[in-house]
Amino acid sequence: MIPVLFITIPLIGGLLSYLLKSSGSAKNFSLLVSILILILALYGLSLDKDSSALKFNAEWLPALGSSFAVSLDGMSRILTLLTAISFPLIFISTYHKDYPHAKNFYALMLLSQAGLMGVFVATDALLFYFFWELALIPVYFLSSIWGGEKRIQATFKFFVYTFLGSLLMLIGILYLYYHTPDRSFALESFYKLRNTIGPKEQSWLFWPFFIAFAIKMPIFPFHTWQPDTYEQSPTAVTMVLSGVMVKMGIFGLMRWLAPVLPGGTWLWGDTASGLCIAGMIYASLIAIQQDDLKRMVAYSTIAHMGLMCLAVFATTATGMQGVMIQLFNHGINIIALWIVVELIERQLGTRKISELGGLAQKAPGLAILLVVVALANIALPLTNAFVGEFLMFSGIYTSTATTYNVVFTVTAGISIILSAVYMLNMIQKVFFGNTNALTVQAKDIKWNEKLALISIIILILLVGIYPKPALDMTKGSVDLILAKMNLKY
Amino acid sequence: MNAIIFSALWGVILMLAGVFIKNKTSIRYLAIIGAALLILADVFELYHPETPIFHIDARNMLSFNVFGLEMNAIAFISTLLYFLLSSKDIEKVGSNVAEYFALIFFVLCGVAIVTSYSNLLMLFLGIEILSIPLFILTGSSKKNLKSNEASLKYFLMGAFSTGILLLGIAFLYGASKNGSFLIEDIGAGKNTPSPLMITGILLLAFSLSFKVSAAPFHFWTPDVYDGSPTVFTSFMATVVKGAAFVAFIRIFSNAFGDLQSKWELIIAIITASTLIIGNVTAVFQQSVKRMLAYSSIAQVGFMLFSILGLKFINTAQEGIALYITAYSLATVGLFAVLTKMNDHSLEGFNGLAKKQPLIAATSTVFLLSLAGIPLTAGFFAKYYMISAVMQLGKFYWLIILSLVCAAISVYYYFRIIQAMYFKEGAGTEVQFSELSPTFEALLVLVSAAIIVLGIKPDLLTNWLNLIYF
Repeated sequence: MIPVLFITIPLIGGLLSYLLKSSGSAKNFSLLVSILILILALYGLSLDKDSSALKFNAEWLPALGSSFAVSLDGMSRILTLLTAISFPLIFISTYHKDYPHAKNFYALMLLSQAGLMGVFVATDALLFYFFWELALIPVYFLSSIWGGEKRIQATFKFFVYTFLGSLLMLIGILYLYYHTPDRSFALESFYKLRNTIGPKEQSWLFWPFFIAFAIKMPIFPFHTWQPDTYEQSPTAVTMVLSGVMVKMGIFGLMRWLAPVLPGGTWLWGDTASGLCIAGMIYASLIAIQQDDLKRMVAYSTIAHMGLMCLAVFATTATGMQGVMIQLFNHGINIIALWIVVELIERQLGTRKISELGGLAQKAPGLAILLVVVALANIALPLTNAFVGEFLMFSGIYTSTATTYNVVFTVTAGISIILSAVYMLNMIQKVFFGNTNALTVQAKDIKWNEKLALISIIILILLVGIYPKPALDMTKGSVDLILAKMNLKY
Repeated sequence: MNAIIFSALWGVILMLAGVFIKNKTSIRYLAIIGAALLILADVFELYHPETPIFHIDARNMLSFNVFGLEMNAIAFISTLLYFLLSSKDIEKVGSNVAEYFALIFFVLCGVAIVTSYSNLLMLFLGIEILSIPLFILTGSSKKNLKSNEASLKYFLMGAFSTGILLLGIAFLYGASKNGSFLIEDIGAGKNTPSPLMITGILLLAFSLSFKVSAAPFHFWTPDVYDGSPTVFTSFMATVVKGAAFVAFIRIFSNAFGDLQSKWELIIAIITASTLIIGNVTAVFQQSVKRMLAYSSIAQVGFMLFSILGLKFINTAQEGIALYITAYSLATVGLFAVLTKMNDHSLEGFNGLAKKQPLIAATSTVFLLSLAGIPLTAGFFAKYYMISAVMQLGKFYWLIILSLVCAAISVYYYFRIIQAMYFKEGAGTEVQFSELSPTFEALLVLVSAAIIVLGIKPDLLTNWLNLIYF
């Protein structure tokens, strides 16, 4: 029943907050709803993994062989936890921001949360596709109504890209559906196909799915929508996009592509990894050149997602574990970075690195918190990202799925060094040095941002020092994926 | 049979009422009641085929089955909705209100014939009964030059396509073994069809393509849709198009089903060109009305998938029923909004969400449904169409093409959404004439229906499998 509540609570909450009279109450109400979901998610964690409360199955379209099947396994748990944590953080950190027609804003935010939750818990392909689209539409409206100046073009590009990708995925899903022995969209039936669908078909079927996921992640060369959309969206939406939504791509890869079409995944693994590597280096180099804080963080996301995708294609247990835990880590770390960017922009009205400087003198609290987050982002030991990236690197290095494992490891390592370059460069230019006429006005952070950043930092250290619970939680999913992928032609 | 007789009778009643009743409102109510009764008569026949209201021996010229009757019901329900939403605007077209309603009922009579014919002559008759009132309705705005032009164009092209239809029927008659117009005789036992028969099939396909406005026989559509009074465009683009499709499906599944290998490539090419021409041209339109005309061509491209997938008759029939319903609901709703607007250009929609949030929200649902976004009926409509061809295991290129076209269609449908929500209105001028609470409530009802069908499409598709005769 819990996964159903994950979807219905934000859905109903969103509709209710649309009906509320004042904007202030809509804001508080949405915060309350999102905290309720977080409590529910934490309760879900405390349950045994075989508990019946984590599964739900109801008839939906019996004539088509599709049912409303949702369940929470390890991978779903960690991603729903990420979604559940992200939304209260987003609401708290942007608490002082006033949006015009705020109740519509919060209603759409909660609707997007319902869509995201649905994507992560669905075990029926048609249902998955439904939520996949459903998550997109509120975000499209959020960015287009409350976004920056060039929002209409940027978000439209984003919509068309992802819509085209999902249509391709629909073709793939339909093709698989018509080859299932029992004409069913259930994940279990799809798993049975891995031995009946021949290598030639798997080879082409890989692409409709991979392109859909690659657009979402985004993987080079399907990433061009991303920096513009991140830049133009209101920061709260950018947090949803980069904190949670991009994880849909990796999740799709691990749940609906690799275990269902292992033949195709083995066959095209090197090609896909090559794209990841190219994207990582390319995005890191561009991030170094960026003067706009939002664009810099956007490009850094491309680089980090590339690494995760690379680790999935390495097909090793350690690598996959790393990905699972890194999905969570990257989600909260990037939200922390966005909080800082938002803060700077709101206070000083600019995002240009070149116009800033000396903020540490004016806002020492912020500077300390940011440095911790930035160090987590470049994966320093004791931080959460270190655990994830260490596991991923070791997975990529020991991979037997590819003969280029050393090349991949070395180039991925270079991109990590590059990420340290742009992160530290940003800290140095924005926070240290001399203040100028603009940054003199800066104030230190307010309680709500402090609360959000401190909770993130606690999580960063917690996972960094004691990652075992998170690793235990996802181990079952990793084993399952690898067992399903264990097939060679 | 009920529907055919009843609609013709009601048409005559309305015509006479025009002489005796001068009050426009009463005539309007008479028409609305007629449409409601028509639905009842049709549904009654569906559930009680053994007790017809009118006892008439059709002598094998007509045969009524579940699919035909239900497609009738869908067409009549759309008409009723259309009356409820737009009948006030019909009054504004000219002074002969009763005649307009009477003509619409005659069109419905044609609809009921083309969904149930089993003889090619009845197909011809049905199409003529369907078309001739439309020629008049198109030209009903007598002082408007564009309306006159549209009517003339429609009439000339319509006459031409009827000629082709008759030629095709004659060829098929000649090719049939013992000279018969019956559908089952035409297709029977023809494993190696004669060139005469192939020519007949192609001619029939071309003339029906003209009626549903598939490319390259679509050239009349934009001008006629654009030129006619907007209220009548709405009717033509939904009810009439749907009926023509049922006629198309009926003959191709019952008579030419075994010969699919001979005609499928031609239909595939027609489908592909319809998709490309409809979608690409719609992108460049500045007038929303003209854009919807091209979008209706583009939607036909998807509907044609059902002809290709006729081998899997259940999927094809369920799909086309769902498609026509989804498309009709959305299009009737959009045109109803458009009719109330003074400005039909894209700029006319700027800032609508601020002034009329409810109208903007319902229009968004209609547009999302037309674009085929999940959670709306349009998604499952497209889903069924694609899966009908997917089951065929052929024409994967067509599926890929249709996806690209679906992505293109997002461009022009979303331009309206962008105008409504993300752009500011230019001035404070009144954009709408007389919006009543009933009108808004109906729009909400239609969008709710679209969303319900988008979540549970089997509410409709199960109905098709309800009973077999």
